Amino acid sequence: MTDKISVLNPVGFPPKITARPLAPRLPSLQGKTLYLVDCRFDDSDVFLKQMQTWFAEHMPSVRTVFKPISSVYLKDDPATWEEIRASGHAAIVGVGH
Amino acid sequence: MTIEATYGVPTVAMHTDKFDRVVRSVADVSGMPGLRQVFVPQPIMGKTAAQLRAYIDGKDPISGRPVMQEVIEGLTRPFAGDDSTVEYDRSTPRLVEPDTEENLHRLFLDNRWTDMLPIVLPTEERVAAMLAATHRKPDEIVGRMRSTHFREHWEYSVEKVAVNAVMAGARPEYFPVILALAATGVTARSSSSSAMASMAVVNGPIRHEIGMNAGTGALGPYNHANATIGRAYGLLSQNGQGGSVPGWSYMGNQGNGYAYNSVTFAENEERSPWEPFHVQHGSRPGESAVSVFSGVRSTAFTLGLRETYWREHVRNLLRGMDPNTPPTLLLDPIAARQFVDRGGFTRKDALIDWLYENAVMPAGEYWDYQLVQNYIYPRATFGEEPWASMLKAAPDELIPMFRREDIHVVVVGGETNGYWRIMGCTYQKTVAVDEWR
Repeated sequence: MTDKISVLNPVGFPPKITARPLAPRLPSLQGKTLYLVDCRFDDSDVFLKQMQTWFAEHMPSVRTVFKPISSVYLKDDPATWEEIRASGHAAIVGVGH
Repeated sequence: MTIEATYGVPTVAMHTDKFDRVVRSVADVSGMPGLRQVFVPQPIMGKTAAQLRAYIDGKDPISGRPVMQEVIEGLTRPFAGDDSTVEYDRSTPRLVEPDTEENLHRLFLDNRWTDMLPIVLPTEERVAAMLAATHRKPDEIVGRMRSTHFREHWEYSVEKVAVNAVMAGARPEYFPVILALAATGVTARSSSSSAMASMAVVNGPIRHEIGMNAGTGALGPYNHANATIGRAYGLLSQNGQGGSVPGWSYMGNQGNGYAYNSVTFAENEERSPWEPFHVQHGSRPGESAVSVFSGVRSTAFTLGLRETYWREHVRNLLRGMDPNTPPTLLLDPIAARQFVDRGGFTRKDALIDWLYENAVMPAGEYWDYQLVQNYIYPRATFGEEPWASMLKAAPDELIPMFRREDIHVVVVGGETNGYWRIMGCTYQKTVAVDEWR
């Protein structure tokens, strides 16, 4: 029989996870203002403008606003988030990878 | 996630399907497992408007449902329950369940705690021997790391660093350098899809004390200290930050062979015509320090400097680098002295000035680079200098490829010839070794 040995675990210490609330959903998008937030990465602007066209064709009552973030996606953008909270009802952020 | 959780705006996040597992795991550890996420095929980059419209009209490759149905429902479908007050701790046991050596080696592999090469099992005795090489207490927190900007930081203690140092095969006398690397908080296991690695340059008396190599073969597998210190840096990064697993916490598209030992070497201070790297960055001569660089993907190389066209040759090498990743010249002492003799660069600063002034390209070409579009153009439009001013240049006007402060020079090599290379990498920081002894 081969002896068993004891070794140490190499993995670091994770932080505590605290659940963060998600925003209540809308009853519908009819008549609402929807921000399409461009994270400015790998032609995401072209993608979101096509999505904007889709809304114009299929859900014309939805007002869409194409909104590039102010700088790179690595930086928080409170001015943009404040604008969306003040002037919009919902947001689509993309395209992440 | 910020706009949803902090600003209360119902949001759907769009991603490409290759990032399914990683973005879901980021949402989980951010306390938002219910975040609404919709997927389209990879890639977005380079596709025509019509092709991207087809993505929108098509199905989410993860759920199999129409993309726009997922988007609209993501903004309108109520959540089933409210778990907004949930908190829970995660912990890491100090010991692994005792087992045979063979089974433990298998366990370490299966848990992806290794770099897929054989490791030394971190027994209590081996870890204790490593810990004896520092005056720091085993439970002292050395630092924290994460694999990417969006992930949570994990912490690691002196003992955790020692465990990974043992696994890498490092000797106890190397431990202060390894602790200093851990203290940088700069991961050697970034999850970037660009397949990053790290580079570590050691300066000062510690190089000789532990037998590091700054000469022939310094960047290769020919020196125990260079090899195992760099390997330890990689292992402590992937384990200290909570993992580096393809699809979950590592997305480097091609991977990077430099990651095996994080290009770890000593600078050849004795044969350099210039001041040591760490002295340029705040250390005193006689102190020991380690400096870390990130990126470490692209390299260009050549032999020596020719009398007539050396300037053109160096410019060609610089133009071959991606402008988003600045150059660090790794010069054999022969090449370093040629820069002094041919160019009159008796000070390293003068060489860096010349490199900055000669690494130029037409503005139109510069701004069209994909990585410049992703990472520099947004900052330029935000008004950040020097890029905001560079944005005013005409398309055919020559503009700098790099900021001057991002260009560096290190001397390494054994003078078997005057070969030298440019490593595309970003200097992060220099940390003193002596305080970790």
